[in-house]
Amino acid sequence: MTDVLTPVLTDNWGADRSWTLAAYQEQGGYAGLKKALAMTPSEVVESVKASNLRGRGGAGFPTGMKWGFIPQDNPNPKYLVVNADESEPGTCKDIPLMMASPHTLVEGVIISSYAIRATTAFIYIRGEVLHVIRRLQRAVQEAYLAGHLGKDIHGSGYDLDLVVHAGAGAYICGEETALLDSLEGRRGQPRLRPPFPAVAGLYACPTVINNVESIASVPSIIDRGAEWFSAMGTEKSKGFGIFSLSGHVTNPGQFEAPLGITLRQLIDLAGGMRDGHELKFWTPGGSSTPLLTAEHLDMPLDFEAVGAAGSMLGTRALQIFDETTCVVRAVLRWTEFYKHESCGKCTPCREGTWWMAQTLARLEQGDGTGEDLELLLDQCDNILGRSFCALGDGATSPISSSIQYFRDEYLAHLTHGSCPFDRSASTIFAKVEAHA
Amino acid sequence: MTTTPEKTGSTTEIEKSDEVTLTIDGVEVSVPKNTLVIRAAERIGVQIPRFCDHPLLAPVGACRQCLVVVADAGNGRAINMPGTDKPKPQASCTLTVAEGMVVNTQATSEVADKAQQGQMEFLLINHPLDCPVCDKGGECPLQNQAMSNGRGETRFTENKRVYPKPTNISAQVLLDRERCVLCARCTRFSEQIAGDPFIALIERGALQQVGIYEKEPFESYFSGNTIQICPVGALTSSSYRFRSRPFDLVSTPSVAEIDACGSAIRVDHRRGKVMRRLSGDDPEVNEEWITDKDRFAFSYAMLEDRLSYPMVRDGAPHNGASTAGKGELRPASWPEAFVLAARGLAAAREAGGVGVLTGGRITAEDSYAYSKFARVALGTNDIDFRARPHTEEEAAFLASQVVLNGPGGNPVTYADLESARSVVMVGLEPEDEAGTIFLRLRKTARGRLLPIYSIAPYTSRGLHKMSGTLIPTRPGEEAAALDALAHDGTVALDSGGLLLVGERTASSPGALAAVSRLSATTGARVAWIPRRAGDRGAVETGALPNLLPGGRPVADASARVDLATAWGVEHLPEYPGRDGEAILAAAAAGELGGLVVGGVDPADLSDPALARQAIEGAGFVVSLEVRASEVTRAADIVFPVAPVTDRSGTFVNWEGRVRHFGKVLHNPSALPDLRVLAGIAEELGSPLGWRTPEQVWSEMTQVGPWDGERVSTGLDHPAGRAGSEATGQPRPGHDGSLVLASWKQLIDDGRMQDGADDMRRTARKPIVLVGAGTLAELGAGAGDVVTLTGPLGSIDLPVGVADLAEGTVWAPASAPGASVRHLVGPAGSTVTLTGGAR
Repeated sequence: MTDVLTPVLTDNWGADRSWTLAAYQEQGGYAGLKKALAMTPSEVVESVKASNLRGRGGAGFPTGMKWGFIPQDNPNPKYLVVNADESEPGTCKDIPLMMASPHTLVEGVIISSYAIRATTAFIYIRGEVLHVIRRLQRAVQEAYLAGHLGKDIHGSGYDLDLVVHAGAGAYICGEETALLDSLEGRRGQPRLRPPFPAVAGLYACPTVINNVESIASVPSIIDRGAEWFSAMGTEKSKGFGIFSLSGHVTNPGQFEAPLGITLRQLIDLAGGMRDGHELKFWTPGGSSTPLLTAEHLDMPLDFEAVGAAGSMLGTRALQIFDETTCVVRAVLRWTEFYKHESCGKCTPCREGTWWMAQTLARLEQGDGTGEDLELLLDQCDNILGRSFCALGDGATSPISSSIQYFRDEYLAHLTHGSCPFDRSASTIFAKVEAHA
Repeated sequence: MTTTPEKTGSTTEIEKSDEVTLTIDGVEVSVPKNTLVIRAAERIGVQIPRFCDHPLLAPVGACRQCLVVVADAGNGRAINMPGTDKPKPQASCTLTVAEGMVVNTQATSEVADKAQQGQMEFLLINHPLDCPVCDKGGECPLQNQAMSNGRGETRFTENKRVYPKPTNISAQVLLDRERCVLCARCTRFSEQIAGDPFIALIERGALQQVGIYEKEPFESYFSGNTIQICPVGALTSSSYRFRSRPFDLVSTPSVAEIDACGSAIRVDHRRGKVMRRLSGDDPEVNEEWITDKDRFAFSYAMLEDRLSYPMVRDGAPHNGASTAGKGELRPASWPEAFVLAARGLAAAREAGGVGVLTGGRITAEDSYAYSKFARVALGTNDIDFRARPHTEEEAAFLASQVVLNGPGGNPVTYADLESARSVVMVGLEPEDEAGTIFLRLRKTARGRLLPIYSIAPYTSRGLHKMSGTLIPTRPGEEAAALDALAHDGTVALDSGGLLLVGERTASSPGALAAVSRLSATTGARVAWIPRRAGDRGAVETGALPNLLPGGRPVADASARVDLATAWGVEHLPEYPGRDGEAILAAAAAGELGGLVVGGVDPADLSDPALARQAIEGAGFVVSLEVRASEVTRAADIVFPVAPVTDRSGTFVNWEGRVRHFGKVLHNPSALPDLRVLAGIAEELGSPLGWRTPEQVWSEMTQVGPWDGERVSTGLDHPAGRAGSEATGQPRPGHDGSLVLASWKQLIDDGRMQDGADDMRRTARKPIVLVGAGTLAELGAGAGDVVTLTGPLGSIDLPVGVADLAEGTVWAPASAPGASVRHLVGPAGSTVTLTGGAR
């Protein structure tokens, strides 16, 4: 089964002291940079375009096309900003990557900055992950010392400074324009678009904002070629990606595979479901992507197929829940997260999450009527597509999708007068025999 | 509900080619490009509900109340939810029009209507619905739009967000956080318009709230505007909170009497008492903004010291002796007071003459009345409205450059501030002295980087907020700085430039002549910006020793004949009279037999001691005042006169714009100055021919402006080029001594702010500012208390550092409780600094 894996980004994670420059270079690291510096910036952009790499932060926008939007006739400086504010519930790919192999990202930043002709780049990293921040800072320091960063990089005449900036742990700062506000020292709230960041982003200058995994994929594309990359994956979703399995599987973790792999294959790779249990529902890409069920086990995990199933590939954060889990409770937890993290700028997200969390809490305690489900769906309808940024939309996904697939379970709470589930059964410390 | 006023002015061909045609609710409408859809909809009479949107603030799209469906974005495609054919409603307050766009609002689209109702329902879940006890109830955009675009019943049964209430964000402004809908109008106003970002949104989610930094309250000169633009009752003023309901108030449009800006205001009263004042909406003048002083300083006319009946002093001698030998003031009837005033003035007229000091707070009709009274009834040109340091040079400047809109007759307007190529200010601190001008200059500086230069002692906060450039100048050296500008390639003053000349320029010898010269050589236009509402009207109506009404020069025989004919009198006094300081000096010396004094505070004059001596020592003093004052206490006859609320009238603002206002309160015992003067004149046997403001205005219109030769520009004025250098004396500031720069701040100890105690508490903290070198010499650190000593005495104040020129020190002229003009001396004084005791 392991032959479906395509370890590229994760390939060196097991190496001894993999986070050091020495270990990274021993495995062929910074070969891509050498090649890139021998190319023109435009050739690098063309290579990435040809690879059909699509953004790994969730939306799947073609990375090369994004770079092409940067107006090179604009006299202002250009900036590359890496969004490393990984905060989506369930998502755990960027932080392990930066933990295990920060140089993959640093090399990607240098090549990408060179491509868009930026001389300053920023990595905006979530503030809570202190250990990862330290490894990244050390990697940047090593890169400077090795001449990969700084003035006249390897005699190419190209200068680049890379700044690691730690956020303060706000979910909204993962939204790219809120991230820019935060990076500028303001309170992180999403900006009005247009202007788009490609035209007026950081300090009102042309700015590319990419996810960690997108940028980390660039060195391998340059090193091994666009054709090599686009040979993997499906028709419109090329290449590989890190699939993060968490929850009720035997061996949770990161699995790097071509896009288009199925959940059934991934669960097999993770050693199957928790012993004696079966899949009930799962999220394809974090809590903001509508949840799916066992009927979608054989669906190819690429942008198109997951979209056709009414969800989104998102960040490939596969949270796996077995039949011991109360979906109402799970959704309530997520909704409480959205209420806590709503930035407060727009009415629907701010007030809607405040209300939905209370309505859900009532239902979870068995207090309410079937009409409350229609009320919840109507609240979702008044948020989805009405909020200022996509985070408000995401807050409605778990609610509307869970009512779609598990309406009866909601109603069971009302007839039961409380949650019909044994709460301990879904925990990691649950006794297996109790439910065998 | 805040909607956009229609722009006035003609549509040119160029504008037409920039028009965009779109369809809203099936109605085709053409609007200028870059118009927002929400404004385009207003044009066809569709009001889309909104909270965060405000036509004078940058779009933000936060409240999402104004959602509309875009059936065609102008590119043949509808804006839909991704991957579906369901409409994705768009915020019409951030969406600009496009050719061929098709928009459906709540009037024609169920999706838009439901989206709007959904947002309204969300806004109301955390709103207390305490409308019955809320100040905003009855005039509340949330209340109104919840009725027009919301659902009748809430489906929310859970717990609302609550806060302890209210929070003082300044002494004047209170915040009820639970009512706030977080539209950010207040914070955006403070940042974008006033430049005082002392309030900001803090926390997040539903707990987001307007907050201040703990030690820095919302002490902005413009804070009251946030109360007015708040679409809910979250922001209230401490002076109006819980005092009244909107539906019990009677509203009267009026004009602010606080400064020379002529700002449109609305005065709300109930049962004979003014309850509050709001900004009017006048796009050509103050847009929708006024200063806190315009808004909150109105109680002065309702205080206990308001005069309500005439008073006479028994045994008042008709000449000679001082008040020390006189009796007490006692109430008198109007007829008796008129008779006694006339008798006393007639005697004084014979005993050397009578001087008239009108003060600068009067209406144009009143200053015309004083002007005619002086010439016709008293037979003198000894009249001056300038209750502040002034010079003969200034009178010449006003006659040549200001009256009748200057030599070209082409007034500088607010619109010119927005279209100027560059602006040079001299003797003017607009944030303190003309708030509306400050806001307009700041708007222009922000919008298109208008270069603003200030000939001033240091970079004030106001100048900094206008991104202006300081031309560092010691007090008294303005003339040289102006002369140098004629050849300054950076400032590059030309016919697109404006010279904004503050009234304080008068106290700098030669500066006004230098302004005239600079204007003549560069073509830059001149605007004189006085501080008081009546100043410009007094120039136009001849309340000056060298000017008659309508800009007629006293020295011009044909002008005198013209006016004498219009007035139906034999002749008018021929020689230019004494100015204010000369009148006071003459009265103090016993050369004048009497004085007629309007609203004048001796402390505002350049020599307060001489002024007091003159008023107390003059043979016969008639005082016309709203409230008891230093002058009324010393006067022989005291007439109460009506404050602006109790009368109609006209102010002429700095632009020369005529601003009529009507009566707010009907108070039969409150007579305007002009009625009092008419009464005295009748007893003097020289009836003036009118008794009401309307009759005076009618006569002013008939008399009309002078169309003969103007007073020449005064370029060769003796105090011109040579300036103070001619004296040969070492100038202050150059010989190791310190010279005092000082002006009155917006919120200060002024008598018209009496009663507005909460507003006064938001005044800037008094501080002495020095340059870094002076501070080092003093051996003090910023924040240390130092002693500032001048001709009148000394004061202890904390010291701060600014970019002051060496030899210069700045201190506030009139800070509440720390009035430097009372305690130390007037601007330009030589002062010393000592101390540094922490």
